[in-house]
Amino acid sequence: MALNSYLADRRQHPANQSRNAMIMTHVVCGYPSFEANWQALEVMQEFNVDLVELQFPFSEPSADGPLFVKANQQAIENGVHVQDCFDFMRKVTEHFDFKVVMMGYYNTVFKTGHRAFLEQLKDAGAHGFILPDLPVDEAQELHSIASELELSPIVLMTPTNSDERLAQLANAADGFIYAVARKGVTGSETQMNQEVAEFIQRCRHLTDLPLAIGFGVSSANDIDFIGQHADIAVIGTAALKAWEEQGAQGLRLFFTQLLDQIDQK
Amino acid sequence: MDLFDFADGREGYYGDYGGTFLPEILHSTIEALKAEFRAAKEDPSFWQDFVELMQSYSGRPTPVTHLSNLSQILGGAQIYIKREDLNHTGSHKINNVMGQGLLVKRMGKDRVIAETGAGQHGYATATMAARFGFHSKIYMGALDVARQRPNVFWMENMGSEVIAVTDGQQTLKDAINECLRDWVTNMDTTHYVLGTACGPHPFPEMVSWFQSIIGKEARAQMIETAGGLPDRIFACVGGGSNAIGLFQGFMDDSEVQLVGCEAGGFGPGKGNHAARLAYKDASVGVAQGMKTYFLQNDDGNMLETHSVAAGLDYIGVNPILVHLWEQDRVRFEAVTDQEVTEALKISMRTEGVIPALESAHGFAQAIKEAEKMRPDERILINMSGRGDKDIFTIADALDDSHWKQFIQTKAEQYGAE
Repeated sequence: MALNSYLADRRQHPANQSRNAMIMTHVVCGYPSFEANWQALEVMQEFNVDLVELQFPFSEPSADGPLFVKANQQAIENGVHVQDCFDFMRKVTEHFDFKVVMMGYYNTVFKTGHRAFLEQLKDAGAHGFILPDLPVDEAQELHSIASELELSPIVLMTPTNSDERLAQLANAADGFIYAVARKGVTGSETQMNQEVAEFIQRCRHLTDLPLAIGFGVSSANDIDFIGQHADIAVIGTAALKAWEEQGAQGLRLFFTQLLDQIDQK
Repeated sequence: MDLFDFADGREGYYGDYGGTFLPEILHSTIEALKAEFRAAKEDPSFWQDFVELMQSYSGRPTPVTHLSNLSQILGGAQIYIKREDLNHTGSHKINNVMGQGLLVKRMGKDRVIAETGAGQHGYATATMAARFGFHSKIYMGALDVARQRPNVFWMENMGSEVIAVTDGQQTLKDAINECLRDWVTNMDTTHYVLGTACGPHPFPEMVSWFQSIIGKEARAQMIETAGGLPDRIFACVGGGSNAIGLFQGFMDDSEVQLVGCEAGGFGPGKGNHAARLAYKDASVGVAQGMKTYFLQNDDGNMLETHSVAAGLDYIGVNPILVHLWEQDRVRFEAVTDQEVTEALKISMRTEGVIPALESAHGFAQAIKEAEKMRPDERILINMSGRGDKDIFTIADALDDSHWKQFIQTKAEQYGAE
């Protein structure tokens, strides 16, 4: 679908000449505010990120770590509604070069209705969606509507899955695969080691889709490691932490440290 | 009626409700748990071991008591209560917990985690962990820690680490989220002892199975001591484990009315209560691992809930009970905080029994209906727990001046130390 061809083309983008991994970043809609989100996205554009996950806040973010839990909760307290997230998403996809996928929890989709939600997502210019609490076994209807609308359902693969299960996941996936580098919630540190490399190899054998590696990416070495074994580095918590500390300037500094060394190779 | 005879491809579903909605990282863990549970359920010696453990450790079978004074005063139906309060740790929670403890042993794990609302489930889990020699960590909303200190005291003294959860509304649902976060990190060594018949499959089935011991005993006891089956059965419903436990004993007795009593809190209106089915403020959603009715807004974000009883103060409800409600097999009613206080007072004065605030919801609804029934009709209430643990909340509700004075004296004593 559209996301697959975008990612294939994007590898040839000038920014990616020296980077061996593409970059996906993460923003929680409305946290700390939509204005702040916009500024963060401008910084991300400066550094030529390839993909951005826009998270729709949910009251029970059970797969998220403490920083994103707080962000979800605060966004809801700020009065952010699902409709606001769609409106923001449309502005973002009209303005920026990177492509956008929605990230969130299944109840947000379920409550809006499968078709209604995906039609609005399409209309807002998203290319896909990530729902970490929706197992593929429960996703047939949603995925078939997505396919009709040319939206990619991003599926998660994890180190605890058997090869048989990974094959089943590969079968349901489109766009790219989100490979979770380790157990746990978002944001804790991951040792990028042989074990992770072996897990990525297992995924690689079962799918031709690009592999995004997430959970705990925070250094240039991490990105280098991911580039050697996979395709996309997911930067979530570390970037939000940088924003929390020093706003747009902190975020710019963070990306400079993360990417400049690689870009100047 | 076999509630657990699932159609092909619908394992874990009760009508439209239930299912397994978990992050992929837990897929293999939950599959292993399903397989172990299935094997245990099909192994008659497992149930036998469970019953023997409950007899020697928790005083089962718990009796059924005729509340003859209360029945006479009300002048209606004969009221009987199933005495789950007489279990070790003071509530029905121990049934599920000891059962899961035996399962953990079968699985060869050595660490357990649990969420708790009122603290009864955490207390029971701490007890089980001490008895079986497991490491244990109990997650409890910070708000609940503040209102249920006595249970926290016992948990800690039995060797559990109690974590006060400060996310979200700082109640039961937030403690469940925190357990899921622990579980996705430590699933290799750790079993999540879910405390109520909610969450992802196989938990609703598993918890219902262990709690069915209540209904099995109660049916035989009613025939023996009351001379026949009850006409109506009342049980409070938070997550719904004591209710489904008792109701299962009477599932095939179609003439027996089953009544689930929810927390009406301050009364109808979003945010005022925790009544998912009796009031019209809830709708179907998917959260905390299952599809069921939730108190949520149009965005699918969960609402604030309120009840005087921490154990009923929960956004969702057992999917099996929702299915039975849709089939008109279980009726749902809501009881307000104020009605609960009145029911508690009359139970203490006329019978010398102290139901937990949770259980008192069942008492209140039963009292309301008993008056309009004939003296040859029978009511059975599940006294799911004892009220001693609620002494602070009850003393507040009764505005007891002697108690206040005692606390003041105690505070001065500690202050001087």
